[in-house]
Amino acid sequence: MFASALAGALFGLGLMLSGMTDTTRVQGWLDIFGAWDPTLAFVLGGAILPMAVAWRMTRTFASPILGTAFPPPPQPKLGRNVVVGSTLFGMGWGLAGLCPGPALASLSWGGWGGALFLLAMVAGMVVTPPLRRRFALFA
Amino acid sequence: MELHYLYGLLGGLIIGTAAAVLLLINGKIMGASGILGSVADGSAEGSDRREKLAFLGGLVGAPALVTLFFGAGSTNLTTNVVVIIAAGLLVGIGTRIANGCTSGHGVCGISRLSIRGIVATVFYLLAGGIVMVLFRHVLGVI
Repeated sequence: MFASALAGALFGLGLMLSGMTDTTRVQGWLDIFGAWDPTLAFVLGGAILPMAVAWRMTRTFASPILGTAFPPPPQPKLGRNVVVGSTLFGMGWGLAGLCPGPALASLSWGGWGGALFLLAMVAGMVVTPPLRRRFALFA
Repeated sequence: MELHYLYGLLGGLIIGTAAAVLLLINGKIMGASGILGSVADGSAEGSDRREKLAFLGGLVGAPALVTLFFGAGSTNLTTNVVVIIAAGLLVGIGTRIANGCTSGHGVCGISRLSIRGIVATVFYLLAGGIVMVLFRHVLGVI
């Protein structure tokens, strides 16, 4: 539990410091034909560095410190779900400038708009898996 | 170099460290949409649920503590209720169909050279870029 809480706390602080919770910065990054803001490239690049080292370490160590096994190797099979889902997600990300992590990190100070966004997002997250199963979408 | 780039890089390094902590200690992938979604719809059970709740507690709680001491920033989120709800629904539905968002596919996926993560990132960036062109420059809504 402590490691999970610590990871969550670091994630939240990193999101705040990096500018990921500022929708003008996120939309500025996506606005390649407007006043483009490259900040998010530094965020993504900075985040990938420690994780690339961590993934390399999973080859050296047999198991995580507290868990039983590392996540299985990445799925080489690419489903249509990744393309369709990511396109829908990107549309929402562009419209508001918030993705799931920053929506949670800004919950305590993001005002009613942020809370409404989170509510709509959670509603979408809850209804989608049963609908996918019911209609065998992207199975 | 602009100061924002430095903050972005530092914040990014902290985000990556958070993901590394979760991977190397618990053996889990730090995907915000999967963690939130599985807690919200009840598909995460037992100790898995408790771990995920602890993560969400840290993610909401740490920024709350920071704002107590340093004051709150602003998300500069639009006040257009229709846009907020539509965007929230799209992000919620899209990440559950794609099985991941910026943290899972982006940070954790790209760093292990996962094809899924790279393709997902290309498509959400493209979609976001097209939305900016259409809704900001053509329609002027956002």
